[in-house]
Amino acid sequence: MNPIAGVGRLGAWAIGSVRALGRFTLFARTLLGAGASPPLRLRRLVAEVYDAGVLSLLIVCVSGFAVGMVLGLQGHNTLVRFGAEENLGAVVGLSLIRELGPVLTSLLVAGRAGSAMAAEIAAMVVTEQLDGLRMMSVDPLDFVVAPKALGMILAMPLLSTLFVVFGILGGWAVGVIVLGGDAGAYLSTLEQATEFSEDVLGGLIKAAVFGVLVGFIATYQGFTARATTAGVSAAATSTVVIASVATLIFDYFITALWGY
Amino acid sequence: MEIEARDLQFSRGDRPIFRGLSCRFPRGKISVVAAASGGGKTTLLRMIACLLRPDSGAILVDGTRDLVSLSRAESDAWRHHVGMLFQFGALLDMLTLYDNVALPLREHSKLTEAEIHDEVRRVFEAVGLEGVDQLLPGELSGGMVKRAGLARALIEKPEVLLCDEPFSGLDPPTVRKVEELLQAVNERTGATVVITSHHPLSTMRIADHLVMIGEGRAVEGTPQTLVREDARVADFFEEALSPPAVARGAS
Repeated sequence: MNPIAGVGRLGAWAIGSVRALGRFTLFARTLLGAGASPPLRLRRLVAEVYDAGVLSLLIVCVSGFAVGMVLGLQGHNTLVRFGAEENLGAVVGLSLIRELGPVLTSLLVAGRAGSAMAAEIAAMVVTEQLDGLRMMSVDPLDFVVAPKALGMILAMPLLSTLFVVFGILGGWAVGVIVLGGDAGAYLSTLEQATEFSEDVLGGLIKAAVFGVLVGFIATYQGFTARATTAGVSAAATSTVVIASVATLIFDYFITALWGY
Repeated sequence: MEIEARDLQFSRGDRPIFRGLSCRFPRGKISVVAAASGGGKTTLLRMIACLLRPDSGAILVDGTRDLVSLSRAESDAWRHHVGMLFQFGALLDMLTLYDNVALPLREHSKLTEAEIHDEVRRVFEAVGLEGVDQLLPGELSGGMVKRAGLARALIEKPEVLLCDEPFSGLDPPTVRKVEELLQAVNERTGATVVITSHHPLSTMRIADHLVMIGEGRAVEGTPQTLVREDARVADFFEEALSPPAVARGAS
C-alpha cells in the first residue's frame, strides 16, 4: 500500500468527519432556535411525547424488570460470599439509578423510538412532505422536527425513571421471593444508600442528556436522508448506531464530571 | 404573473440537466412543460418555486424580479403567491385532509376558525371533494390525493399554480376530470398555470403554451405550431396525433 495515499485517505476521512460534525452542530443550533421561538406547538409536542414515551413503555418496563432480576441474582451470589446479602437492595438500586437505568433506557429508546423517528422524517423527505410545507412557507424544522426532538428530551427521563422502578421491583422479586431474602432489609439498605443529589439527580441528568442526543441524532439523520427508500433505512440504521455509541461515550464523561 | 427563465444552467453531479435553458410562461395561460423522463421538468418547477437554485441564469417574474437571487425570507414571501401540486400530493400523513388544507391559513392568516372553515369548504367544493374532511391522506385514492393536493395549493389564492405531473397514475376518466379542473381554475382565477406532463393527449387538450425540453434546452410555442414545425416535438406527440387505437382496430 502506498503510504502517501493512506495518509491522504486518513486526511480525507478526518476532513469529512469534521464537516459532518459542523453540519450537525449547525442543524442543532437551527433546531434549538426553531424550538425556542413561538408558536409553541403543544398538540404536536403531546403527540410526540406519546410516540416516543407511551409507545416505549412496554419495552422499557419489561426490560427494566428483567435487568433487575439479573442484578438481583448476580448481586445475591456475589454478596453471599462476603456475608453481605442484606445489602442487595442498595446494590441493585444504585446500579440502576446511577448507570443502568439511563444508559439502557437510552439504548432501548434509540432502537425503538429513535429509529422510528428518523425513518418517519426520512419518509417525509422521500414523499416531498417537507417540500410541501416549504411551499406553504411553513418551516419543517419548526413544524415537524423540533416537536419530535423535544418530545424525546421530555420522554427520556420519565422512561429512565420507570426503568429504574421496574428494575428495583425485579431485583426485589428475585432477592426476596425467589431467594428468600428479607424484604425490609432490601428496601431499607436501598433507602440508606441512595443520595438524591448524587444518585437520583445524576441519573436524571444523564437521561436528559441522552434524550438530547437521541432526539437530535434521530431528527438529523431523518432530515438529511437521501430521498430514496434506501435513504430511509439508512437513516434508521445510522440513528441506532450513532445514538448508541454516543450514549456510551457521553455516559463516561457525565459520570466523570458528576464527581463519582 | 409572467415567468421567464433565462439561460439556466444546472447539473446534478457530472450530469448536466439544463444547458442554457430559456423559456417563458405567459400570464394567465396554461403552459405545459413536456420532456422525456429525467429531462428536467420537475427541476424547472422546483426552481420556479424557489425550492432549488440553478447553477447560473435567471428566473424573472414580470420581467423584473429575479427569483434566483431571493433571500430565504424573500423566497418564503414569494411562495405565498405560488401554489404547488406535487406529483404524489405531498400531503402530511399525520394530518386529516381538512387540517392539511387549512394549515397555510392557520399558519399565516388571522382568520377565525369559522372563516378558515368557510375557505376550506370553498376549495373542497371547487375541486369536487366533499365528505372526506376527516380522512387521512393514506385513506384516499390517487385521484382524490391529486384533488386534495390541488385544494391545498389553491387555499391561498395563488397567482401562479405549479402542477407536477397531475395526470400521472390516473385512469383516463380521472385524467379528464383533473384536466377540466385545472382549466376551470385557470378560467376562474386567471392564475398562470404551469404543468409538467409527459401525457401527450392531455397536453394537446389543455395547453395554451407548450415548452418542450430536450438535451437541456427548450423550444416553445403553441402546441399546434410546435408539432408542425419541430420534428422532435412531433415524434413526442405521435400518440396524440395519430387516430385512436380503437378506430385503427375497427378499420
